[in-house]
Amino acid sequence: MKATEIQAIYVMWLRQMKRFIRSKSRLVSSIVQPLFFLFILGSGFRVAIFEGVGDYLSFLAPGIIAMAILFSSMFTGISVLWDKQFGFLQEVLVAPISRISIIIGRTLGGATVALIQGVIILLIALIMGVHISGTVGLIFTLFFMILIAFTAVGFGLVIASKMEDFQGFQLIMSLVIMPLLFLSSAFFPVTSNPTMKAIALFNPLFYMVDGLRGSLIVGVETVNSPLFNLVIVVIICIFMMSLGSYLFSKTET
Amino acid sequence: MNIITTNNLTKKYTDLIAVDNVSFSVLKGEIFGFLGPNGAGKTTTIKMLTTLLNPSKGSAKILDFDIIKDRDNVRKNIGVVFQEPALDTELTGGENLDYHARMYAIGRDKRKERINAVLKLVDLEDKRDIIVKNYSGGMKRRLEIARGLMHYPNVLFLDEPTLGLDAQTRRAIWKYVKKMNKEEGTTIFLTTHYMDEADYLCDRVGIIDRGKILIIDTIENLKNSIGNDVITLTCSNINTLEKRLVNEKWIHNIKIHDSKLTLGVEKGDEKIPLIIEISQSEKIKIKSISVRKPTLDDVFLHFTGKTIRDHDNKNNVESQPRFRMRGGRK
Repeated sequence: MKATEIQAIYVMWLRQMKRFIRSKSRLVSSIVQPLFFLFILGSGFRVAIFEGVGDYLSFLAPGIIAMAILFSSMFTGISVLWDKQFGFLQEVLVAPISRISIIIGRTLGGATVALIQGVIILLIALIMGVHISGTVGLIFTLFFMILIAFTAVGFGLVIASKMEDFQGFQLIMSLVIMPLLFLSSAFFPVTSNPTMKAIALFNPLFYMVDGLRGSLIVGVETVNSPLFNLVIVVIICIFMMSLGSYLFSKTET
Repeated sequence: MNIITTNNLTKKYTDLIAVDNVSFSVLKGEIFGFLGPNGAGKTTTIKMLTTLLNPSKGSAKILDFDIIKDRDNVRKNIGVVFQEPALDTELTGGENLDYHARMYAIGRDKRKERINAVLKLVDLEDKRDIIVKNYSGGMKRRLEIARGLMHYPNVLFLDEPTLGLDAQTRRAIWKYVKKMNKEEGTTIFLTTHYMDEADYLCDRVGIIDRGKILIIDTIENLKNSIGNDVITLTCSNINTLEKRLVNEKWIHNIKIHDSKLTLGVEKGDEKIPLIIEISQSEKIKIKSISVRKPTLDDVFLHFTGKTIRDHDNKNNVESQPRFRMRGGRK
């Protein structure tokens, strides 16, 4: 790869980082919102007893981390729409750099931001007394976090390439993402209900949440082993990133 | 030497031909302008020349690089200032320039030096560390022009560089455009629908309407082509007078527009008595008459049969799906 392409990737990454750090409202809301979920759901449902779930807070924490990474990364993908709307995309497309570098840089930038948010929530969960596993588990956790981030950026790119405005994005959020998230076992186990469990097997988010939970938390029952989840998530990630990159590279302004 | 050459460049959409077999060339070091109403195909032409759109037919070269086959080399040699603002408003002016320079592979020391130089050119040195969303419209435009120059492009494309700016800022931008053309030797291709802008800036102008180029020439020649003087008059029975005058040899061209009769002639002041004599013999009452030097407006009227304002009014009524304009710069 040529030095100019690496420079281009770096610029795209740096831009995401700068924008994230400067946008105070995004910084606050992206961390506060998951924490609300963690605190409110955590203390609300703690008294309820789910079958096969030990400590509810430990069950919930990986789900919230996955959610935070998912939202943040999707936002990065979709923000291509902003660039399109505000014209900045033209400036990038007319530069002598390949489209693939633009995508790589942006994805890495979005993933970095999402990982920072994920780690902050993880640390808070730790302080709240969630039991996390050892080094190997944490390495697996990191892999899952990165894969979730990449997949979600890819999905965001798909939406951004196919849509002209933000109304469509709202629709996708409430009609696709939220139901998938609720059926992913992020907030409660889906195993107790056979229908839900059957649906979960077709839900990409389920494998992400289940895998993250299996790697991060000690002594929790998961549906699949982390390794199996990892394989599935890698496949989903490659598919989503390829589709997103392909559609983005077709973009004309 | 030609720096841009196009050969039957065409862009078709399902329901319209935006650019229709356009062939022209731009000389090295000149300021060349495309003058035409909104929706004439100016922006589409720029987008094809800057590799953002693929032509449906025809070809074009910038320096010796084909805009389809050799995109990377084309991109390296051009700078573009788009009609819509294309800055990252969350970054500072300096960062916008720095990121641009990195994408064009300019080294660290050169980058710093160049940022200072272009900011100085557009008088934004003291605004370097301010976030762009706090810039005024004119400052944003100047920053974009500076950015277009960062990587020493051989050709700089300016798409409606002063659209929506106030008179004072427009003057300032014209000054910068002239300055960089002179000091950096940059060839400039600009589009505009402002007559005064084309008149002030351009060495040569191509008049474009409905995707077709009607004529290309120097401003001087264009003005001379319709006569040294223009006589405008209003009178009681305008059609009769036009019919009477249309075959007079000393009239280069004659047009009725907006209930005014416009004549292109030589030595206009000597022709006024003649016109009055003729109209009196036809029992036509002249209400007003004036003589002036031709402007680009007259040239445009001559070649398209309409003034550019008529075009714009008409186009505002018809919808132009491909040519969206963004808020704040209308």
